[in-house]
Amino acid sequence: MQSYRKTEITVGVFVFLGIMAMAWMAIKLGQVGGLGSSGYHVSATFEDAGGLRAGADVMLAGVSIGRVASVQLKGQEEALLQLEIQQGVKLTTDAIAAVRTKGIIGERYVRISQGADDETIEDHGEIEETESAINIEDLVSKYIFSSSE
Amino acid sequence: MNKTNTSQNTFIIFFGYLGRCFLRAIESIGDAAVLSATSLAHLFHRPWQGKHIVLQLYALGVGSFVIIAITGAFTGMVLALQGYYTLAKFGSESLLGSGVALSIIRELGPVLGAFMMVGRAGSSITAEIGIMRVTEQLDALQMMAVNPKARVILPRIIAMIIALPLLVSMFDMIGLGAGYIVGVELLGVNGGAFVGEMIAKVTPMDLYAGWVKALGFGILIGIICTYMGYRATPTTEGVAKATTQAVVAGSVGVLVLDYILTSFFL
Repeated sequence: MQSYRKTEITVGVFVFLGIMAMAWMAIKLGQVGGLGSSGYHVSATFEDAGGLRAGADVMLAGVSIGRVASVQLKGQEEALLQLEIQQGVKLTTDAIAAVRTKGIIGERYVRISQGADDETIEDHGEIEETESAINIEDLVSKYIFSSSE
Repeated sequence: MNKTNTSQNTFIIFFGYLGRCFLRAIESIGDAAVLSATSLAHLFHRPWQGKHIVLQLYALGVGSFVIIAITGAFTGMVLALQGYYTLAKFGSESLLGSGVALSIIRELGPVLGAFMMVGRAGSSITAEIGIMRVTEQLDALQMMAVNPKARVILPRIIAMIIALPLLVSMFDMIGLGAGYIVGVELLGVNGGAFVGEMIAKVTPMDLYAGWVKALGFGILIGIICTYMGYRATPTTEGVAKATTQAVVAGSVGVLVLDYILTSFFL
């Protein structure tokens, strides 16, 4: 019986370690559940989201302040983004949201620049000033066509 | 006339063989399903098999930890090395963390973990139950009014289902740690970039995909290995053959199931 007790304890340690490994990955890597998501939601409408996906970073002054919660089509011609912003980060009502790229071939993210307004956006508010994604092909073709004239 | 007759006979023999193999395969799948289902049904009946599940968890789970840890460590290390070699050509070493993490969590952790479990624990399950059959221990259990399905098969399948996801999680953690050591300490990739990319690119869906795979492989290996042992021909050769078949069927089954599950999760 004594040896069974020992076995039981070893199994307990094993199961505990396994669950800890799962929990660590879930919280640290996957941001699963409500532990990391205690932010407020802000929407923004873009002419061109440039292939942005849910989960992308939202950055203010180069610091990650939240994530893109969802990307949807709005009224058949515009992209509606739901942004999840960390509690405590206040955005001015005239803040500008822009879809940008990290590096040349890096991933897309939403860059927010604060405005000068004193009022801040509430939960479920909207960022009205937006800049669409910069399309390198468009820029290149513009350059080519303007120089050939 | 005679010639057509022989060619017809060859056809008949060929199709007969094909049909027999197919039917036999279907039959064993059905048999295995019924055997494990009737065994697992005892989970909700007295006598409870908790003690035997714990003993099997010790033998199958705790006993496999070292081999899983070694496999995980070397997988993470070699992935970091190979990934660095490829990514350095594009000057994007900073993506190493996400590459290592996604490969291990989505694919290599569950599959290599399952392979190790088939080889180490699965073969021992089949051999053990097969020898119980040879030495008539299963019949002896029945004589003592102990249901061998509830006592022998059930704890092993349940232990496999519980142990594999846990072991795969440990494999993932150790692999990521080993990848970090090789990537950051030896190859000089920026540590912040390695961890940051890893956290940014791994989504909850990737983790679920890995765990669902581990769970599926646990069920599959448990069912195949107990079935092969339980239905082994009660001779020395029969047990040897059953063990080989269990390892082969288990490994191939893991690969096939892996493809199916991956296609669901992409």
